[in-house]
Amino acid sequence: MKALVYKRKPVRFAAAIAAGRLAPGAGAGVGPLSHDDIDPPELPGPDWVRLAPRLAGICGSDLATIDGQSSRWFEPVVSFPFVPGHEVVADVVGDDNPDGTPLRVVLEPVLGCATRAITPVCAPCAAGDLGNCTNITFGAIAPGLQSGFCCDTGGGWSAQMVAHRSQLHPVPNTMDDHAAVMVEPTACAVHAALAAGIEPGATVVVQGAGTLGLLCIAAVRRFTDAGKVIAVAKHPVQRDWARDLGADMVVAPDEVARAVRRATGTMAIGDGHITRLAGGADAVLDCVGSSDSLTTALSVVRPRGQITVVGMAGATRLDLTGLWQREIRMVGAYAYGTETLTDGTSARTFDLAFDLVTAADLGRLVSATYPLANYRDAIAHAAAAGSRGAVKVAFDLRRPADRTPVARSTPTSASADTPDATQPGAH
Amino acid sequence: MPRPGFVLDVDRSTPPVLFHHGEQLRLEKLPPGRSRIIYPAEPLAALDHPDAAIADALANPLGDSEPLAALLRPGMKLTIAFDDISLPLPPMRRPDIRQRVIEQVLDLAAAAGVDDVMLIAALALHRRMTEDELRHAVGDRVYDAFAPHGLLINHDAEDPDNLMEIGTTEQGEVVEINRRAAESDLIVYVNINLVAMDGGWKSTATGLSSYKSLRHHHNVETMEHSRSFMDQHNSELHRSNWRMGKVLRDSGIKIFQIETTMNNDVFGTSGPMAVLQKREWEWTARDRLAVGAMKRGLDVMSPRARRQVFHSWRAPHAMTSVQAGEVEAVHKVTTDNVYAQHLVPVSGQTDILTMGLPYIGPYNVNSVMNPILVMCLGLGYFFNLYKGQPLVRPGGVVIMSHPTPWDFHPVHHPSYIDFFEQVLADTTDPREIEKRYEKQFAEDEWYRHLYRTSHAYHGVHPFYMWYWGAHALSHLGRVIIVGGDRAAVDRLGFTAASTLRDALEMASDTVGPHATITHLHNPPILMADVT
Repeated sequence: MKALVYKRKPVRFAAAIAAGRLAPGAGAGVGPLSHDDIDPPELPGPDWVRLAPRLAGICGSDLATIDGQSSRWFEPVVSFPFVPGHEVVADVVGDDNPDGTPLRVVLEPVLGCATRAITPVCAPCAAGDLGNCTNITFGAIAPGLQSGFCCDTGGGWSAQMVAHRSQLHPVPNTMDDHAAVMVEPTACAVHAALAAGIEPGATVVVQGAGTLGLLCIAAVRRFTDAGKVIAVAKHPVQRDWARDLGADMVVAPDEVARAVRRATGTMAIGDGHITRLAGGADAVLDCVGSSDSLTTALSVVRPRGQITVVGMAGATRLDLTGLWQREIRMVGAYAYGTETLTDGTSARTFDLAFDLVTAADLGRLVSATYPLANYRDAIAHAAAAGSRGAVKVAFDLRRPADRTPVARSTPTSASADTPDATQPGAH
Repeated sequence: MPRPGFVLDVDRSTPPVLFHHGEQLRLEKLPPGRSRIIYPAEPLAALDHPDAAIADALANPLGDSEPLAALLRPGMKLTIAFDDISLPLPPMRRPDIRQRVIEQVLDLAAAAGVDDVMLIAALALHRRMTEDELRHAVGDRVYDAFAPHGLLINHDAEDPDNLMEIGTTEQGEVVEINRRAAESDLIVYVNINLVAMDGGWKSTATGLSSYKSLRHHHNVETMEHSRSFMDQHNSELHRSNWRMGKVLRDSGIKIFQIETTMNNDVFGTSGPMAVLQKREWEWTARDRLAVGAMKRGLDVMSPRARRQVFHSWRAPHAMTSVQAGEVEAVHKVTTDNVYAQHLVPVSGQTDILTMGLPYIGPYNVNSVMNPILVMCLGLGYFFNLYKGQPLVRPGGVVIMSHPTPWDFHPVHHPSYIDFFEQVLADTTDPREIEKRYEKQFAEDEWYRHLYRTSHAYHGVHPFYMWYWGAHALSHLGRVIIVGGDRAAVDRLGFTAASTLRDALEMASDTVGPHATITHLHNPPILMADVT
């Protein structure tokens, strides 16, 4: 079968790092990723099924991997060669609905204890917090924090992969594939929003308005009682989406301190030019994860406020003086599991994500789809999504033979599935 | 004998015209047959003996005032208020007119045995003047004698302990001014009347007042009904200030008003800038070379260097008159003297008004002319330099030339940055802006802190800049900025054009292809008397 495969190739890895620094996404052309013919993965056990991916999204973590920008932290928790792709809506092979149509599912890609046949399961898995599983390098399958980073499971960027039944979430007939492929990233955002310590009426800053940032805005609006939500966006389309999804104010990165000051009425330190705020926002969700964004977060969050690091911060230089001097909490948010809602009830993150995708019509965020063969174009598009007016770019594996990229939506356009649209060159 | 201002009809032989373009220059060819240029009068003759003229004015006051010497006595409390950094434009060479006048007032006070003297920079909601700026205005001798003892201060419109509510006009306008001034036995107010708007009751009622008082006339309604605010008798701004003046007078506050006028000698008759004051068809070959070299030199300089070159310029403009005494009697003569320099008779309105905006306006002395100040200079000040009716017809087009960079001085204009980033991103409608945002900015504690302790304009000041242009915004069909930064111009709600030719093409969509064009050749300052 055709698949995009990421192999351990040090020379190509070095080339990807260099190319990725010159142009985001350029690592796809020179790095360890290749479009190959490979055998489908074996089923690791009796509770496993084969999936035929329909759409598979390109995530920021995939792009970082392709460009060699991922932290070395991940090296022990992945296994080579792997097929990327963890944002997946797929048909279960041989598992049809009563009406004969294929059973469509969304993959919950975290490879926790259940998928690894480990008993008893670890404490986080027992609590439903799969993202915190302590056994992601052990058990019946090779190391891999998620499907798409594990050599035994395959990934969504292929014609076929395998998944444990516990990873599957059936997709309602009312939900199209574009909406379904947004469920996994939405679950990440829901988890982040509910981990961000947002009290009723809180002023919340969401830094970054790529897919994750935009989804966080939507999640904060739906699942918390936040007061003002200030979005930080670079590109015009991102600004439009941020407003559409519930931000009260949308500002450029160099405007955020002033915007938070205005919103909170706090004093600022600095003689007209703001060094940092005296008070500030109650919560910051940093969906960028850079030194600059974290520095900004520290300068605009109030004493005892919380910064939730949602973006993939790696090795970062950061002055943490404000962290202790202002007793700021800085916490991470990763993946999903079980959430406690503001009314005290519990729910699976994926169930909340399905709800949010439907309520906010998040399938609209899929801006373009590409056939697997055009992976370099797809990855270049995804890496420059904001500046090219896009949000989510995905591979379309429904008719791989003749798939071409399809231009998609703007904030006002309705969601529509166009699996066989053919507009060559229309990104 | 200086030549008066006049109107030149442009024909094929008319040379390219100088357009100021912020800290740069442009030479533009105006379409012949349908364009005219309004030139300012040449500088009026300076007073031969300005110090003697000042002494004479103080000794022979106008109106029902006694001579200043007769108003001074031992044991009295005397406050000398003076215009701030916004006047004159550009700043003048030393000695500043204020220094000349204040030194004589102080000499008289000393001779009369007055010990309790305080000098106050009447800056209303403008930024506090720096030591250098104060020294330039009042001179080193006065500064060194008073400032170290806390007797030369910037007015603080946010100091509740040093403001006093005087009363209310019959229209409910609260009159609140500086307490020290209000409690003085005499206020001597020293004006530099650069344009007709300056002076009169506006000096004390505005310069020494607070937001609580200013908001009654610094608002959209007032500005839309000040047609223009350079024409006192058709200016709601002035009617409000005069009502407040009546309250001040009726309360027993005694004011000795000193007003001075100055000529148009902005760039001098010799030196590197002199050519900017000459009419283009009178340029010699040397002048043309000088302009070309200056233009090229400025174009290749960094913005910072250009700014330094221009802002270091001290104009040679000189005093043409000085009058003192009762406020209204003084101001009537002053206004006549200002008009004698500025007024140019113009017949009829135009479809398109062009203007080259210079590097300086009242609120960016030693600072950055940010986009809001560009709007204010063009649509607030230049547009309103008329008597009778606006130079441009209703629904007409104003074309301004200015680079309009997205650039702010963070120390001087902190609330401007927020106004630009937040308010103008939301709406450019002055009434909406006033209704939805003014209070928030006016009462913002951080702006208040910076106004009082740093050198920041008051939080509400950018709103006033926008209101200053409200009459023009409601009058015009379109505003185009030639050479303006597109993002900044877009934020202002205007259209950017690369060249004047493009701008005229764009304007034709609004006023037709054969529209008449009038170019306001300012600076030096002129005021159109449009009949």
